[in-house]
Amino acid sequence: MTAQGRNERQWPLALALLAPSLIVVLGVVLYPMGRTLVLSFLDATSALQDAFDFVGLDNYTELLSDSGFWATVRRTAVFTVFSTVVELGVGMLLAQFLNQRIRGQWFFRSLVVLAWALPTIVGANMWRWILHPEYGALNGLLTQAGLLDTYQDWIGGPQQALFVVALVDAWKTTPLVAILLLASMQTIGDDVYEAAAMDGAGPVRRFLSITVPMLKPAIAIVLVLRTIEAFKVFDIIYIITRGGPDSGTTTMAFYTYLQAFSNQQFSIGSAAAYLTVLFIFVLSLVYLRMLRTETKGLV
Amino acid sequence: MSAPSISRRRLLSVPLTLGAAAVLPGCAVPRVDRIDDSGGPARLNALFMKQASYSEEDVRAMLASFHELHPDITVRPTFVAFEALHDKIVVSAPAGTYDVVLIDCTWPAELAGKNMLLDVTDRYDPAWQADILAGTLGGVSYRGRRYGVPWSPGAKMFFYNAEMIKRAGVEETSLATWDGVVEAARALKAKRVVEHPLVWSWAHAEALMCDYAQLLGAFDGRFLDENGRAAFHTGGGVRALEWMRRTLEEGLSAPSSVKLLEDDVKKVVCQGAAAIALNWDYMYAEANDPKQSKIVGRLKPALAPKGPTGKGPAANGSMGLSVMATSRRPDAAWQLVTYLTGKENQLRYARNTLPVWKSAYRDPVLTTGPQAPLVAAEQAQLESLVERPAVAQYNAVSQQIQAAVQSCLVTGTPAAQALAAAAARVNEIIGD
Repeated sequence: MTAQGRNERQWPLALALLAPSLIVVLGVVLYPMGRTLVLSFLDATSALQDAFDFVGLDNYTELLSDSGFWATVRRTAVFTVFSTVVELGVGMLLAQFLNQRIRGQWFFRSLVVLAWALPTIVGANMWRWILHPEYGALNGLLTQAGLLDTYQDWIGGPQQALFVVALVDAWKTTPLVAILLLASMQTIGDDVYEAAAMDGAGPVRRFLSITVPMLKPAIAIVLVLRTIEAFKVFDIIYIITRGGPDSGTTTMAFYTYLQAFSNQQFSIGSAAAYLTVLFIFVLSLVYLRMLRTETKGLV
Repeated sequence: MSAPSISRRRLLSVPLTLGAAAVLPGCAVPRVDRIDDSGGPARLNALFMKQASYSEEDVRAMLASFHELHPDITVRPTFVAFEALHDKIVVSAPAGTYDVVLIDCTWPAELAGKNMLLDVTDRYDPAWQADILAGTLGGVSYRGRRYGVPWSPGAKMFFYNAEMIKRAGVEETSLATWDGVVEAARALKAKRVVEHPLVWSWAHAEALMCDYAQLLGAFDGRFLDENGRAAFHTGGGVRALEWMRRTLEEGLSAPSSVKLLEDDVKKVVCQGAAAIALNWDYMYAEANDPKQSKIVGRLKPALAPKGPTGKGPAANGSMGLSVMATSRRPDAAWQLVTYLTGKENQLRYARNTLPVWKSAYRDPVLTTGPQAPLVAAEQAQLESLVERPAVAQYNAVSQQIQAAVQSCLVTGTPAAQALAAAAARVNEIIGD
């Protein structure tokens, strides 16, 4: 029997095996995506609306000409850049540490994964109580240690709150970044480091001249993944600040949520969601293009 | 390691996938009303609040009693925070998940206007009209029709720690005006009775709207003018916000107020970390519970202080129970609503929330029980309430006002400037 014949005979079985996941993807990914796209061109202002007016690109132009929307874009960009840089910096150092041959390394690796394994909703609630201005654990700890005279409001100002929430996001996701970088680090052969050491390169030089360049593909993947995730941040904001104070933590995803579900402006919310997708898509293309150029340069 | 690359085919697959996805909604099945009038056993889903008002424990006990009376009706309750209540009602409406929902007094215009709530006007007993507190009926009405039955009266009450006030050498009568409150707070601070005498729920949330509404009313302001346009950016609206800001600048109000919700305020007051606060009536019971409070017997409820023109309204925060228009068992759902909102049931659980029935206030349970001081104060306060804007776009309007008030309180934007910007946005929203 030819290979083509075998493939044709296996086709029904393949389809049967794929069907469950296809149905799930269709139901929870493709259908909502399509519905949201369609809604963004309509005028939907009620969850029970039966007929909709077609408004073309009006919802998009309304958003793009709204200074409030651009303020959420700026906040989201600041959040994304700050949390991604922190995650990458700390994740790199953490990965370097976890790559050392030291006794009990399995314990440290397990410990690092804990924060990432914690559901975001639990982690965010935990931080909400830790940072609480009246009875937060952080204030209690620092006051008892004599480092603070009075309780501080750690998320008091709008900008301060954005950075603190970004740090909480970084705390949650740095372990994932560290594990991804560690996996890539372990593919670098010891002989490369040994040769560099024999040539007189110290630990810092070896890290900067060997480890970092060889991790570039992994760093690019981490950058793309984390940018996409950070751009969509919602749960941490919803739990800790609900977009405040003074709208300082109202990011694009939270703005989309407010428009769609609190205000029943489903079409505006849908358009905002697709603009978020567009921003992420463009950013991902830029990252991948940069990586492609740099990899060609290495060859 | 090979670098990922993007081919034209892959790039094109993105819009193709989106295009295919956009076709799918064409297969959507429109919602149909599916009333089950078989009269058989009914299973109802009900949405409640897990915060102020009746406790979860109280509601579960009420539902158990209801089930004993109506064995053919089973109720499955869901409890969410107030901040999640509205959005859960909206999101679940197309699926018809809930039969009975708890609604805030600011939502009927939006929810009834969008046909989400069942019109129950014709189901009302004529006698109810005269016996239900007038301020609460407005919270379940829209354009002269009823869309639910009031369940909790909810005036945002004024409370003070009498022992702290005494220690500061302040006469309790001086708390009858907001000017007097400021003077009392200065005395409390000067005599180091408490670092920040006032605490508020000024977080970026609806709680802030209630406190601002109360002060706006006291300073003779109003949210909307007679033409339905924004009016909070002039006169009393500005004076109220400037007053709020001054108490923060003087250190009379706890700086953390801009982060706190009512539940947080309750904890602060019950820990004895503040002397004066606005809150819903449920704070009184918890302040007198030794398991939760360090100030048992010290908290006093009073009428809201008056502003410069002699007005001292409380924010109307009444809530009601409604039947969803998408309920498949509206009759059974109505039975549940009438049972829970009934006078007997409300009197039985009056510890956390007072009844909405005027005649209940003559019952010895209220006039002689531990709640008697609160009952007297709240009954009088319910005669003077201030409403938040009754517009179909209430949430969007509220968000704009919350942002403006927070902008002034948190970053120091001048009150008139912050409110004027919000007023322009509010007029755009209302004009839509």
